[in-house]
Amino acid sequence: MLSIKNLHAKVEDHDILKGLNLDVKAGEVHAIMGPNGAGKSTLASVLAGKDGYEVTEGSVDFDGIDLLELDTEDRAKEGLFLAFQYPVEIPGVSNVNFLRTALNEIREYRKEDPISAKDFMARVREKSALVELDPKLASRAVNEGFSGGEKKRNEIFQMAMLEPKLAILDETDSGLDIDALRIVANGVNKLKTKDNAVIIITHYQRLLDYIIPDFVHVLADGKIVKSGTKELALELEEKGYDWIHEKA
Amino acid sequence: MGYTEEELAKDLENQEYKFGFTSNFESDKAPNGINEDIIRFISAKKEEPEWLLAYRLKAFEHWKTMTEPEWAHIHYEKPTFQDICYYSAPKQSKKYESWDDVDPEMKETMKKLGISMEEQQRLTGTAVDFVIDSVSVATSFKAKLSELGIIFCSFSEAVQEHPELVKKYMGSVVPATDNFYAALNSAVFTDGSFCYIPKGVRCPMELSTYFRINEGGTGQFERTLVVADKGSFVSYLEGCTAPMRDENQLHAAVVELVALDDAEIKYSTVQNWYPGDKNGKGGVFNFVTKRGICERNAKISWTQVETGSAVTWKYPSCILKGDNSIGEFYSVAVTNNYQQADTGTKMIHLGKNTKSTIISKGISAGHSHNSYRGLVQISANADNARNFSQCDSLLMSDRSGAHTFPYIECKNNTAKIEHEATTSKIGEDQIFYCLQRGISEEKAIGLIVNGYCKEVLNQLPMEFAVEAQKLLEISLENSVG
Repeated sequence: MLSIKNLHAKVEDHDILKGLNLDVKAGEVHAIMGPNGAGKSTLASVLAGKDGYEVTEGSVDFDGIDLLELDTEDRAKEGLFLAFQYPVEIPGVSNVNFLRTALNEIREYRKEDPISAKDFMARVREKSALVELDPKLASRAVNEGFSGGEKKRNEIFQMAMLEPKLAILDETDSGLDIDALRIVANGVNKLKTKDNAVIIITHYQRLLDYIIPDFVHVLADGKIVKSGTKELALELEEKGYDWIHEKA
Repeated sequence: MGYTEEELAKDLENQEYKFGFTSNFESDKAPNGINEDIIRFISAKKEEPEWLLAYRLKAFEHWKTMTEPEWAHIHYEKPTFQDICYYSAPKQSKKYESWDDVDPEMKETMKKLGISMEEQQRLTGTAVDFVIDSVSVATSFKAKLSELGIIFCSFSEAVQEHPELVKKYMGSVVPATDNFYAALNSAVFTDGSFCYIPKGVRCPMELSTYFRINEGGTGQFERTLVVADKGSFVSYLEGCTAPMRDENQLHAAVVELVALDDAEIKYSTVQNWYPGDKNGKGGVFNFVTKRGICERNAKISWTQVETGSAVTWKYPSCILKGDNSIGEFYSVAVTNNYQQADTGTKMIHLGKNTKSTIISKGISAGHSHNSYRGLVQISANADNARNFSQCDSLLMSDRSGAHTFPYIECKNNTAKIEHEATTSKIGEDQIFYCLQRGISEEKAIGLIVNGYCKEVLNQLPMEFAVEAQKLLEISLENSVG
């Protein structure tokens, strides 16, 4: 589904990604771990197409499409979803209005008719239950006045609503207490199918107790320096990132 | 183009002017310029009673002694008042018996303005008094309204049919000598709308007037007078749009609202006149005087969405004369490219227990400048007066400006006055967030801006709110940067 080859990227004048390779197939969950400053969030931003991140080398193939050629919005329409580390507040714009606009833009891109109000509301009810999001939050303004945990849950709710092919969760576990963590993880697990894939970017292994990854990669200094299965995460937790540096 | 006064004088000599410009003017158009004779011509054209002509002439005498106000935070080349045509009627000025009789070309224009009258009539139950270049050409739903005793007609018609009402209330809120532009309007106004709601009547539909400036170089001087008699209610909509023009067009309207005891007037405006091109060339000059007076327990609520005009100078105000009366002002003003807006309100608290609310949202994009200017005045007798003001500014670019000029004059120490103000810049993070969800930048800006303006848009009647939202999106296309 996603094939990243020799990806180099810089922000302003700093080289952050320095030859990153990653292959993700449908139905898989990948975890990317690594110390602060290794380039984890940069990878997420580059894939999503955020301004200010310049790809200097390498390629990203997304289901047969050159992802780097697409505009940010078209990447989303092709089915790439980023759960933000710091979800943004949009005052005065209700969650449902926001999501309906997004959903209809995506449907239009796929040459589908706009979703009817009835179907849309049914979907809101179903998906908000999935992430145990108070349905009242769905009609409130996007993230405005939400607690940290509510914001993260709202990200997963949006993911559920938009049904992406590939979801990238950028430090979704940060700032979550153990209950919220469990709810978010349950949501992600329920959304998993054989046709979609998830990349979990995290600093800690604890989220991986709830979402079991098929592969764990360690990112250090702009490259994947080690890949393995879920046991690697436990080993990292035990030995710390310095262990990787020593090996690398 | 220069049609000078001298040339005019020559023309007049040749055209037997003293008989009152009755013929020989192409398309019923007066020569450019303003003088006593032009005013007499307009008055004669409209077959006005003597008192109205006297009113006009008095206003003109006063206007000549006045100078244009320069205190507003706007810069523009002042209009040359002798280059403006003060009267022009469309060639086909006859009133239509039914919708089918309306000139197809006119229907087309209305379609372009986004108002299909058929649709409006059928779907919204809105009576529309459509003004093209100063002459009303279609008035609908009149019969239904008149069953309730409601008068809704063009100003000229009101002068003929209801002179006692016009004479009593015209100039009672905005005196002919009030300010430079109001005086000019009082001298040369050509048409507008008149509305009277009788005692205790709740007007069952939104009353709506669409103004439009049609012919190039024609200044428009509209007058609106809305009188809500005791215990009555009316919601009035005013929408404006003008086609592209190269030269600046002057618009100086006067709107007067009279809310008698226990009455309520809700006055909503969507203003979308030509703002000039990207380089600031052309566009409408909009110098408007809007004011309402509230008697006991009365309420006046102004809601405006301003996206057009090259220069806007407009302060819809409330005189809270009666005890327990309420004034409200909800405003969204958008400026883009080189537009300038200096707009706000005055809340004059005279009665006891009077309340006012001001919610102003300014949005500046491009190189534009957007100013809020407001006055809250509490007089010595206005015990327990209360005001809440909130002025927010949103900047869409680094080159645009937002300014706030709040004035408070309080002469009564029982008053409570609150003022809040914020300035924010549209966030790249917000846009990226929307883009990442598959929402295009244009739609994202629309969403963000509409969210920001929600408190004001919520005050608009439903169908108007939808129109206003679209307008905001169109006005701000490609404006982030």
